[in-house]
Order: sequence, then structure tokens, then C-alpha cells
Amino acid sequence: MIQKEQSMETQKAMLAGYFGRLATAQRDHRPVVYTFVPGNLTELLSAFDVIPVYPEINALQSGMRQRSDGFIREAERAGHSEDVCSYVKCDLGMMMKGNLGPTGEAIPPPDLLLCSFTGCFVFMKWFELLREQYGCDIAMLHVPYQGDGKLTPAMRAYVVEQLEREVIPKLEKIAGRKLDQARLEENLARSARAEDDLVHVFESAKARPSPIDAYFAGVYYIGPIFTSFRGSQDACDYYAALRREVDERRAAGLGPVTPDGPMAQEKYRLVIEGPPNWTSFRNFWKIFYDEGAVAVASTYTKVGGVYDTGFRHDPRRPLESLADYCLGCYTNLSLPARTELIARNVREYQADGFLFHSVKSCNSFSAGQLHMMREVERLSGVPGGFIESDLVDGRYYSHANIKNRVESYLQMLGSRRGAAGTTSSASAAPPASPQLHLPVHS
Amino acid sequence: MTATPPTTAEAARPLTTLLADLEASHRSLGMERVRSWKAAAPERRAIGCLPVFAPREVLWAAGALPVFIRGGGDQLETIRGDAYYQSYICRLPRSTLELGLGGWLDALDGMIFPNTCDVIRNLSGVWSSLFPAKLTRFLDPPQAGDQAAGIRFWRSELSALYRDVCALSGREPAPEALRAAILAYHQARRAARRLEAARIETPWRFPVDETYLLRRAGDVMPPLEWARLVDDYLVAAGARTVRPEDRIRVLVQGAFCEQPPLGLLRALERAGCYVIADDLTLGHLDSDDPDPDPGLDPLQALAEAEMVGRTASAVRYDAQGDRGRCLAAEAKRLHADGIIFAAPSFCDPALLDQPRLTKALGDAQVPYTAFKYAENTGQFQSIREQAGTFADSVKLWGHA
Repeated sequence: MIQKEQSMETQKAMLAGYFGRLATAQRDHRPVVYTFVPGNLTELLSAFDVIPVYPEINALQSGMRQRSDGFIREAERAGHSEDVCSYVKCDLGMMMKGNLGPTGEAIPPPDLLLCSFTGCFVFMKWFELLREQYGCDIAMLHVPYQGDGKLTPAMRAYVVEQLEREVIPKLEKIAGRKLDQARLEENLARSARAEDDLVHVFESAKARPSPIDAYFAGVYYIGPIFTSFRGSQDACDYYAALRREVDERRAAGLGPVTPDGPMAQEKYRLVIEGPPNWTSFRNFWKIFYDEGAVAVASTYTKVGGVYDTGFRHDPRRPLESLADYCLGCYTNLSLPARTELIARNVREYQADGFLFHSVKSCNSFSAGQLHMMREVERLSGVPGGFIESDLVDGRYYSHANIKNRVESYLQMLGSRRGAAGTTSSASAAPPASPQLHLPVHS
Repeated sequence: MTATPPTTAEAARPLTTLLADLEASHRSLGMERVRSWKAAAPERRAIGCLPVFAPREVLWAAGALPVFIRGGGDQLETIRGDAYYQSYICRLPRSTLELGLGGWLDALDGMIFPNTCDVIRNLSGVWSSLFPAKLTRFLDPPQAGDQAAGIRFWRSELSALYRDVCALSGREPAPEALRAAILAYHQARRAARRLEAARIETPWRFPVDETYLLRRAGDVMPPLEWARLVDDYLVAAGARTVRPEDRIRVLVQGAFCEQPPLGLLRALERAGCYVIADDLTLGHLDSDDPDPDPGLDPLQALAEAEMVGRTASAVRYDAQGDRGRCLAAEAKRLHADGIIFAAPSFCDPALLDQPRLTKALGDAQVPYTAFKYAENTGQFQSIREQAGTFADSVKLWGHA
């Protein structure tokens, strides 16, 4: 029987409620907006009472439910290239097959496509394709990439101006009313509270043993805050409960809960870069917990917001704070900034190693990862590992190959630790003491 | 064609020489043109620009030659560059890194990476850490739904870039220099339009490989010098006695970033097509002219031209959602018989756009065919057969 944390059961109930609201959205005259996880404007959407739909979440859920391969083939039959993002093809294939959500009910068509163009070029093309299918309007929010490693006042002003002149007027149009500023500010205040608790949960992984797995379980922890619940009381309650749960495990000296029960012994502490594979998610995770490997930090849990460097949504400067959030998502950071973030995680979480999971579908993550890996090794003094598969295209997930690579990598970490005569290779690592220059939000 | 044609005997030799020089320059990776331009004055600078956008006027006004870097082509053996990229990523970043690591780009004083796709975007980060001593700038041309916001942002970006490149070349930023650069590129754009018009009107006189070489030369030349070269070519090539053949007129779409080998372009025409227009050198000189009015802020004029007048393409937000219909209309306006989609493998912008465009072409009954290539593709037989079959089908039945 699959073991679950209590918070996972709570989240399941929250999601059931969400899909229920979505199923009755048209009957209830509630507008529906399709948007993306990175740079999402959930507080703003809920201030208008519109319901967000995240096509990439639909795609990953299709992957976990073993439906994505069929959807992808459907899209490829319709002319979409085998070379491009499998999220896009899965979403289009799902639409061609009736757009049924996980509850079996049809997801309603969008009243508006809100393209928060943050950290992924494909987002723009994806929504151009969806607009063809649905015939609805797009609100285009161009969020400049922090290519030169800094968030400039001009970038912030540009995003704020687009919120004022493009996004809010289009939301007002579909909602039939003006923005309720007070409600937006209340939502942002709740977001900040939940973000505090989320950061506390992830920072618990600094303990030995770590009470959480910050990658495989981490994708559940980020679920509510990266999607339709950020800014809601439900999210505040969920993260407060999750924090208590994790604190209790930490106080009891327990490790993470895996699908096969609590992890017995923490042997390896890893930082993981890149999104997971969804079509074989449990088997993928099992490779790690069978070997006693726990992810103490991950970059995928930062795609919907980098909170651990201090950023919080701020009701005192609502639009500026939304702009900073969009600009600061992980994949909108330059490669040197990402590299420094990973190296810092390796040091601060006392990781034995770090692993890059490169996915074919996502150039935003994958292009440049081999260079990043070498740079993290240089900065942290810790050796990295590299594995490849895909997000939701099962044809690119080779379990035996990945298992072999991960096990070999962990054996290498073990040998390295043995050679150093210590129980932790974090202390065995050469004293690299690199100077890291991560931008810290204040 | 406005110039007086020289006699065939006079034209033949210069044209042959001109084309041989263009091809030799194209096949050489050593940037001799850039080196010799820089050697003329010590304060001169050269800045590389990745596809598909180069802020040419800003660089030129700052005393720097804009140099388009469109990968290493089929002349370069990529070894070190391959170590940086997984198998499912296109060739452009590999060969660009190979050029950099091999010292082929040493003549450049900096590189600009526009937000063309995630691969080029991330390459900017790899580049900045490999070449920290050189200027590396990332530019994010506005994709905003709101034009006014886009123009304001873009003006501030261009202003910062202008200041930084002026610092590199030791010049003081000056509106007059920007206006002069705008006027110089007006001349180059006019030459580019003359070249386009000639290809459309009499494509048998202006084969795609020649016009392509000419445009690639423009990637590394000062604007007025290139405009003169275009006019020399138009006069010489226009005077050739060439009979039109029974070929179809096609547009080539999707090859705007990683470039196909020259042999592939030749194979298309030998297979029975006249390539009357293409997006091969997108970003070359295809946007609208900025307004040179001395009463206007030149940076504002440049920002407006970029936001309002940039050529529609797969890397530009399609605000109206009508790019497919526009492509079909363009094919009809140019009396094209069909469209060839030629996209590099793993090219997100081109390949994600294709289903949308082909649907619109199908609705408008414009024939099309599609294939993929890489910059180092060495075998063109299958592509030649495909293009030949396409041409035959269109000629026989009016559709593919």
C-alpha cells in the first residue's frame, strides 16, 4: 500500500474542490483563464474571481496517469514535430480527445489566455497554438529575462506597465468589473504567510536526517502555492499544517515519507537540478530511496518562485511585487545565477553530491546544463551526476539506464566518502570556499 | 533594375570574380573582413550578434561594426562545442562555442544574445562565463501586447547598450551619431529591398545561392559598403543572358537561425524551384526604417521601429494571430507556386509554428512541403528528390 503524508491527503481534497469548481465554472458564470505556473498571477486572478487552469499541470497529471503518450501521438499525427516540447503536444492531444481533467469531467475552454512569458520561450508559441483552437483573446505579459544577472528598475517598470495596460484591463473585461485593490492586497498578504511556511519546510532539509525529500516529495509541497491556491486561506492552512508535520518529523529524527513508507537511513544527500520525469515518477523516486538517497534541495521546486533568497509577495507594493515575482522565477535567472544558487544549496544543505536531470522537452532547463554542472563542481568542490529522460514522453524514459547511472553515481560518492575517511562527503569535499554572488531580495 | 547594364563581356568577369570572392569569404571562418575593417583605426570595435536580432544602428553609432554570427556552417568540425550540449539540442550553440573556443571570434570585442529561443538565451550565460573579459549582453526585444510599454522598455535597453558600447570604443554618446547611423542603414535597407525586388521579378537572373552569399556578406560589412556591393551585383547579374526555365516559384520558411549549407540551397533550385523569397537571414535588414527626423529622439525612433515595424516571424509574438493567413497572402502577392518549410532539427520556434502555418496554407490552397536539416547536413539527395517531386506535383496538378 502506498504511504502518504497527511498533507498529501489534504492537498488531494483541495484539488478535488478545485476541479469541482472548474467543472461548474460555466454554469456558475465564473470566467476561466489558462495561464502558466512560472510567473503566475494567481492573487490577481482570484481578486477577479476567475479560475486559473495550468496546461503544464494538466500535462504532468496526464503523464502520472499514463495518458500522455497517447495524447502526444495524437498531436504528432496532427503535424506537431517529434522534436518539440512534450507538454505542448500532450496538452494539444488532450484537447483533441475532449480535454478531460483528472476527475473525468471536461475542463472548460478559456475565456482568456494569460501568457505570462516568463523563463520559457515555448510558452508564447504554446498559447499562439491554443488561441487558434479556442479562438479567444491573449493577454501577453512579456517578462524580460535576467540575462545579465540582475533585475533592473526598467524591467520592473515594464512589467508593471503591462499589468496596468494589458493584463488588468483584459481581466476586467472578462470579469465584468474593476479590480478590487483591497482584495488583491489581502491575497498578497496571505501569499507571504504561506511562502514563509514553505521556506521553513524546505529549510528543514538542512537537518540530518532530512525530514523531507525536497525533490520528489517537494513537487507535492509546491503544488498549492505554485498553482491556483496561492493567496488563499486554504493555502495558508495547508502550509501551516505541513510545517507542523515536518517539524514533528524533524524533532523525532525521522526521515522523509516515501511511497513505501518512511525512509530508514539517510545515506546520501543530493541537490537535484531539472524537472522530474512524470510518466514513471514513482519508479524514478524509488531508484533513489532504495539507495538511501534523499534530495535535500532542488531547483524544480523554484520554477514557480524563488523564495529562499528572501523574496515575498508584498501587499504594500502589489504590482511591483508581482513583477518581481515574475522576474525572479528560477528559469528566468541567468545561467551563472542558477549555477551559483545550486552551488550554494550544495554547501548550505551539506550535500554529498548533485544530480542534473536533463529533459529532452525543456530547453529552458536543459540547454547549458552540461556547462552548469562543471561550474557547480568548480564552485562547490563536489562531483556532479547527469541523467536524461523527458517530462511526459514515456519513449524517452529508460528506467534501466537511469537506475544504472544513479546507482553508479551513488557508489562513486560512497567510495569518495570512504577514501576521505568520513561519514559525510560534505566534510570530505575540498574546502572550495567559493565567493558566491546570488542576488538577495529584500 | 535601374542601372544601365554593362555589356555581357564586361559583366561576366567582374560577376564571376565577385561571386568567387563572396563564396571564399563565406567559407572562410577567419573574419578577414572584420579584421581588416578594425585594422584601419585602433578605436574601431566589432560586436557579434546571434540570430535573429542585431541593434545595428546603435552599434554603428557607437563605433562598432555589427557582425551577425549564424553558427559555424558546414566548414567547421565541431568537437569542443559538442561537449556542452545534449544530442537533442540544435547545432547553432555548439558551433558558435566551437568558433569562440577555437579563437575564430577573437576579432570581436563583445557578443549580443537576443531572446530568439531558450537555447540562444542560455548560451548567453555559458558565453559570459567562458569569456568573462569580453562584453556579453543579453537583449530581450519586446514581445508585449501593449506597444507603448514595449517601446518605453526597448528605448531604455538600447540606451544602456549604446552607453556601454560607446564606453568600449571611447566615444561620447551623441544623438547626431545615432541619426547618421540610421541614415546609413536606410541606404543598406534600400539596397536590400532592391535585391528582394529583383529576385521576385526575375529569379532566373538572381539565384538563391548568390543572393544568399550577398546577404551573408552584409552580416560582416559596413552598411554603405554593402549597399554598393549589392548594386554592383545587381548590375552585373541583371545583365546576364539567362533564359527562364520551367521551374516553380517558392518561398522558403523556417531557416532563419541555424543556416542550411549552401549546397542545400543550390539543390532546391536544381530540383526545379526558383526561391523568390526566404527568411534565411532574418534580422539582416528586414525591419522598417527608423524615422531619421532630426527633431525626434533617435533612440525613440529605433525603439518604435523595432516594436511596430519588425518583420513577422516565428520568434515574434503574433499579436493578431494571423501569421498563417499573412504568409498565404504573401505567397499569392508574390505569385509563388508554393512554400518550402525548411527548419533546423530541434528548432522550437520554427517547428512549433509550422502546424499553424500549414493549416492556414491548406485553407488558402497554397501548396507546401517540409523537411528538416542541420547546418552540417552533407547529403542533399533526399531533399533534392523531395523538392523535385514537390515541383513536379505543383506543375502537373497545381498542388503538392
